[in-house]
Amino acid sequence: MDVDFTKPAGIQRKQYRDFTDQINPKPNVLVNAIWAFVVGGIICTVGQGFLNAFLAAGLPVLESGAMTAVVLIFIAAFLTGLGVFDDIAKYAGAGVIVPITGFANAMVAPAMEARNEGLVLGVGARLFTIAGPVLVFGIVAAWLTGLLYFLFR
Amino acid sequence: MIFLTAFIVGGLICVVGQLLMDLTNYKVTLAHILVGFVTTGAVLSALGLYQPLVELAGAGALVPLTGFGHILAQGAIRGVETDGLLGVFAGGVEAAAAGVTAAVVFGYFFAIVFKPKG
Amino acid sequence: MPAAKKQGLQTLVFQNPPVIVAAGTVVGGKEAQGPLGKTFDLAIDDPYCGEKSWEHAERRMLEDAAKTALKKAGLGTQGIDFFLAGDLENQILASSFAARSLGIPHLGLFGACSTFYEGLIIGAVLIDGGFAEKVLVAASSHCCTAEKQFRFPTEQGVQRSLAQSWTVTGAGAVILASQGAGPVITHATVGKVIDLGQSDPTNFGAVMAPAAADTIVRHFQDTGRPPEFYDLVVTGDLGIYGRELAQGLIGDHGYRVEGRYTDCGILIYDHDTQDTHAGGSGCACSAVVTGGYLLQQLQAGKLQRFLGVGTGALLNVDSPKQGETIPGIGHGVVIERR
Repeated sequence: MDVDFTKPAGIQRKQYRDFTDQINPKPNVLVNAIWAFVVGGIICTVGQGFLNAFLAAGLPVLESGAMTAVVLIFIAAFLTGLGVFDDIAKYAGAGVIVPITGFANAMVAPAMEARNEGLVLGVGARLFTIAGPVLVFGIVAAWLTGLLYFLFR
Repeated sequence: MIFLTAFIVGGLICVVGQLLMDLTNYKVTLAHILVGFVTTGAVLSALGLYQPLVELAGAGALVPLTGFGHILAQGAIRGVETDGLLGVFAGGVEAAAAGVTAAVVFGYFFAIVFKPKG
Repeated sequence: MPAAKKQGLQTLVFQNPPVIVAAGTVVGGKEAQGPLGKTFDLAIDDPYCGEKSWEHAERRMLEDAAKTALKKAGLGTQGIDFFLAGDLENQILASSFAARSLGIPHLGLFGACSTFYEGLIIGAVLIDGGFAEKVLVAASSHCCTAEKQFRFPTEQGVQRSLAQSWTVTGAGAVILASQGAGPVITHATVGKVIDLGQSDPTNFGAVMAPAAADTIVRHFQDTGRPPEFYDLVVTGDLGIYGRELAQGLIGDHGYRVEGRYTDCGILIYDHDTQDTHAGGSGCACSAVVTGGYLLQQLQAGKLQRFLGVGTGALLNVDSPKQGETIPGIGHGVVIERR
């Protein structure tokens, strides 16, 4: 490794990037992937349990799915409030972020830090720091889907 | 049987998210993952590719955020079938209303009740 | 004509070296449990310090550090000419509020995590220049205020990257005086802003290492001193990987610092048990390690002289999103036992 400060900035930057690539720690991809698989799988299995329960209670399929989401969102929001969610996510990573639990966490976590900024511009606004973009992209994609279906069905 | 496929399919969808973060050295952040999975789910659903996965894995396909995108997209399609053009605008959010309302209500409630530990 | 008290391109030589007559350090629970725990004056386990918010807690810590230093020196606030301070909150608000309650004429500083060393340099200049008899220099940072501002909310389910550092919760303050007993500041090397194109806000070690290396090499060149002249070369908060990068870059210029070079961010936490990944960072990192451990080492005679380099990563919340690279800066100060 040799960053030559007499060389033009672009070459220095390239040399330095090569050097940092050697030194920077690499995440343990395999361990992280196993954690994500197992925890994500468990959450989905638990979700399946709720889904079956709602179906058995006589709810139609779609409503059962919606109620399952509601229950998981409640649990994730509660665990975030208790300060446990981030401790689980430290190991589970995408295993708790990719399920709907991650969406709930992404709403509560920024909002609960904003209490000192008030209930409207603090908590109310920060609920949507990350959830806002999720809804924007999700709703636009759904709208486009509906529009294309309307035009070409 | 459905529990096993839910575990495997749900777990694998999460692994995709984990690899996206790890292999890009966290340049793909949590916010990108959430947005990306919802959008991807909606697109796959619109192409008719997601419904078979839901039939195979149940909650394994519905609980991940791709399933949230799937519900939005299917809602829009169903809205068009019942209400025409109005359904283009109303169908998606209608289908996702329960989840969104739960997230807003529980989110606001817990954010006020709890103080962050730090 | 070159300035009378300047040597080389960037180095100041103090003719009447200012004396560090007292220091005060306050830290949070994690720092108190670290290897340097016993070297700090005050440890507060509660991240809120009994206040209503983390921001209030940070300014409390800054005030407590300043008051501790004043008490040790046997001085009241009237005995201090200037209060130089900075922190990481938006518009350095913790410092402004601490200055409000202390009531000492105040110069607010921002050098990101290098602020404490920037303060030492300006304080020393004020004293050697005859503009002040006694100057209070302080800096603070708080893990939670920094996390929520620059990264993710603390309760967000994110995995921290392995190169990421842990912001030190705490505050350090020292009193510089024109005379008295204690270690003295003999030289200072003001750093340049250096940018080698790093843009990862989770890896400040790689961002700041070139700036630290540039300042250290410049110091050796300006003063003509070899690395062996110092018992220790210590950077502010490069962490484990940043230290390796800086050592490599310094080596490229023909100076070997191996064996006598460490980093405050490495010293403050136990890498194996405290799960801090790369090490400590933040304004308080160099402030509490310098004000606590390093000054005590000088007083105990275990060190004769060290070159401390406060390092800072220069970014705001939006600049990485706007595609900007993150420049770094490093300010060097030589502190000697006397």
